[in-house]
Amino acid sequence: MKENGKQIGHTAGVVDLKRQDFVTDQEVRWCPGCGDYSILAQTQKTLPELKIPRENFVFVSGIGCSSRFPYYVNSYGFHGIHGRAPAIATGVKAARPELSVWVITGDGDALSIGGNHFMHAIRRNLDINIVLFNNRIYGLTKGQYSPTSEFGKKTKSTPQGSIDYPINPLCVALANEATFVGRSIDVDVKHLNTVLTQAAHHKGISFVEVFQNCNIFNDGAFKHFTEREHREDRTINLEHGKPLIFGKDRNKGIRLNGLRLEVVELGNGITESDLLVHDAHSPDPSLAYMLARMDYPEFPVPIGVFHAIGKPTYDELMEAQVQDSISRMGPGKLEKLLASGDTWVVE
Amino acid sequence: MQSIETEPRKGLIEIENVTIRFAGDSGDGMQLTGMQFTNTSAILGNDISTLPDFPAEIRAPAGSLPGVSGFQINFSSRDIRTPGDGPNVLVAMNPAALKVNLGDLEKSGILIVNSDAFSDLNLKKAGYEKNPLEDGSLSAYRLISIPLTDLNLNALKDLGLSKKEADRCKNFFALGMMYWLYDRPLEPTLNWIESKFQKNPTILEANVRALRAGYNYADTTELFTTHYRVRKASLAPGKYRNITGNEATALGFIAASQVAKRPLFYASYPITPASDILHELSRHKNFGIKTFQAEDEIAAMTAAIGASFAGHLGLTGTSGPGVALKSEAIGLAVMTELPVVIANIQRGGPSTGLPTKTEQADLLQAMFGRNGECPVPVLAPATPADCFAMAFEAFRIAVTFMTPVFYLSDGYLGNGSEPWKLPRVEDLPNIDIQFRTDPEGFHPYLRDEATLARPWAVPGTPGLEHRIGGLEKQHITGNVSYNPDNHEFMVRLRAEKVARIANFIPEVKVFGKPEGKVLVVGWGGSYGAITSAVEAMQERGKSVSSVHLRHLNPFPKNLGEVLSGFETILVPELNLGQLLWLLRARYLVDALGFNKIKGHPFKISELVSKLEELV
Ligand SMILES: Cc1ncc(C[n+]2csc(CCOP(=O)(O)OP(=O)(O)O)c2C)c(N)n1
Ligand code: SF4
Ligand SMILES: [Mg+2]
Repeated sequence: MKENGKQIGHTAGVVDLKRQDFVTDQEVRWCPGCGDYSILAQTQKTLPELKIPRENFVFVSGIGCSSRFPYYVNSYGFHGIHGRAPAIATGVKAARPELSVWVITGDGDALSIGGNHFMHAIRRNLDINIVLFNNRIYGLTKGQYSPTSEFGKKTKSTPQGSIDYPINPLCVALANEATFVGRSIDVDVKHLNTVLTQAAHHKGISFVEVFQNCNIFNDGAFKHFTEREHREDRTINLEHGKPLIFGKDRNKGIRLNGLRLEVVELGNGITESDLLVHDAHSPDPSLAYMLARMDYPEFPVPIGVFHAIGKPTYDELMEAQVQDSISRMGPGKLEKLLASGDTWVVE
Repeated sequence: MQSIETEPRKGLIEIENVTIRFAGDSGDGMQLTGMQFTNTSAILGNDISTLPDFPAEIRAPAGSLPGVSGFQINFSSRDIRTPGDGPNVLVAMNPAALKVNLGDLEKSGILIVNSDAFSDLNLKKAGYEKNPLEDGSLSAYRLISIPLTDLNLNALKDLGLSKKEADRCKNFFALGMMYWLYDRPLEPTLNWIESKFQKNPTILEANVRALRAGYNYADTTELFTTHYRVRKASLAPGKYRNITGNEATALGFIAASQVAKRPLFYASYPITPASDILHELSRHKNFGIKTFQAEDEIAAMTAAIGASFAGHLGLTGTSGPGVALKSEAIGLAVMTELPVVIANIQRGGPSTGLPTKTEQADLLQAMFGRNGECPVPVLAPATPADCFAMAFEAFRIAVTFMTPVFYLSDGYLGNGSEPWKLPRVEDLPNIDIQFRTDPEGFHPYLRDEATLARPWAVPGTPGLEHRIGGLEKQHITGNVSYNPDNHEFMVRLRAEKVARIANFIPEVKVFGKPEGKVLVVGWGGSYGAITSAVEAMQERGKSVSSVHLRHLNPFPKNLGEVLSGFETILVPELNLGQLLWLLRARYLVDALGFNKIKGHPFKISELVSKLEELV
């Protein structure tokens, strides 16, 4: 952005930042052991790799434990109100497309109170990154069930078990034509780093769901597939162009059988060539949707990048309309505008 | 296009002031007819004031009472301030329009009706048992009954239009008659037809013919014996245009953006009667304006906040129901101390209320409709043209004090119009925005001593990285703080910041003597009616003065003193007494309310009778 002829923000020169540059002086106030710590650390590690000047990052959040995140990242930050972060971010990004804008949200924040904004930011393909910390619970309000909590879940507000059917954030994102959809796990730091990096590099909306353990109100929600001993057998990492293979012994895979996915064991006549090859860049999100619906125990839980396609972004289209108006009508002249329409002179 | 010169074969009588109401079915094009008459009268140099009145339904059943749409225009050779208490002339295109509007027509007023529309079916739909054109019930008026449908169809018969298409032009036939009756030129409307229907020569020709046929019919028929001339008004010298309040509002915001040299970001969710502002602003993107049609009002408000955080002029516009949705986010703007303007074009409430009718019942919502101690400055324009100045003023205050600002217009101001003397751009007040760029000694909540504004430090500025949000802020550092003393301090500080705006706004001017018997205190769109009523009382030698508030929070500094100079204080409002409530609470004065909640503006006569009662 130009301000009085001066450029705000670095433009030239090498940006050389370190993880430590993104740490603030604010005491981090999550419960000891909370999965949020790991996501924070991985984000702070990812940011310097993007070679974007620190002052050009804006972290926007809603309300929830997860939404405290911006206070801990040394860049520009906006801790909004419950559910509205995507809309706040829309204002920031639409006004200033050159900024790298991140939305940090929770499962309640994004999918309950903020469902509407979540949906619309995605379908507009705004060039921002949305990271949803899914702990399948309302953390900050001390443990009520959330839109991603499993059916029948007993919480303080559902002593007899929840009668709400859960939704899958990835499916919501895909149904709204997200151009980038990824998923990772708080404890799988390397994987988390690669998914965040890819999300950051994607132009357009990037949606990343992170399974995050809330060790106070929903401890172990993902343990059955995230614990080291089971992780390779119960999760599958999607990589573009590669066959869907998983398991400690790399002996299992996913095959498309008619219109259904199925788990197969390699051997006995089944080879790698029978497996589905992941195509993250397919313009049709149908397969990505099917993959997103895979869940343990029938399937391994899929992580990685499900879908990544190019499409003009909302902020660039908006800017283009401004530029187009200027070239068609010339830069606005206030004097002329005020006197437009029929005028008359009183002597 | 050649002009039609009529020999004054019939009497031409000069009059000062006329109020006409065009009324018909929503499909009859009454709004367009009214606007054309308005525009022509404005160009002719009359002072004008208009009052469109349309149903909430786009097309209620044809011929039904709820489907009646009306447009009232008052035009004059004098200075006028209102669209007129009631019409002197009513043009009724069908029985329903007659039924709905007749009560407002002055006794012995001119009543022009389309007799072709008075079929049994239409009479029944309007609830007439007998045809009022035949039963003598209209004898108190100068009834001029014209087979307008047939005359119009006849005039267009060889154009090859379907009957339906041809019939659509009958409003221009009526307009042509009115142009003759009030001695107006056809050119402005002919020009409009030319540019509007460029691509459709047959329709163009049809409208031109209908207009001329109406004019000529009035000229030749024996039904009209005289016509009338309303001379130019003696307005202050300058260049003028006719403008509606909503247009003026949009232009005021654009002007603020131009003067402040910061781009405007308008986020809005469509709602009557505010949508015109969205439509208007989205046509002017060459001013660097970005318009965002949000998914709801909450998104509109928060996106405007985001844009403001990013250094743009964040703006959102809506009506009362939308403000209700924005409330939590307005609190966020108060807490983060970001400049955002919230334009509320008020309509009848509560809830969905009366979408197309006017009311002033959102003042207390603007003042108090949020959780916590949450002060927001409130401004209100007084006339359609004043919308320009006050929209501009809203941004001046927002960026000077780093605060959200409420701009309270209403449906009457927004849709009504009047001549606007174009301001000179170089005379507009200055809006000086200095972003903070120096990291030395920077704190997000360190304040300017005079205004108590915090610095505007926008993303992209190296060294000023900081985090803000809705949690309570520590004084100066802006860090999250739950400290009890700090909280009380900050609550008082935010209140003080808004209170201090009183030092930067004009004092109220008393219309009339500064002391006396009755002071009328008004706000918003009732300016015209109040001022005219007070003027009438003054002409009768009565001790009545008035003040009109354009700044409602904080109040102008001298208001308390002005109030103390009068025995009786009367506060007319289109609500149950909201400004009244504020004045009584603030100044401990025993003020009286005069309240009307009918979806219509005050009539001058209503106010005059009330004042007569008081003095
Ligand atoms: C308007 C509003 N309603 C309710 C709340 C209370 N509230 C705060 S956070 C929250 C739920 C948070 O859950 P989630 O988004 O999953 O975040 P987490 O704490 O689990 O990270 C609720 C209900 C609020 N702050 N604002
Ligand atoms: S309540 Fe749960 S989500 Fe919130 S900080 Fe504690 S562990 Fe984390
Ligand atoms: Mg949660």
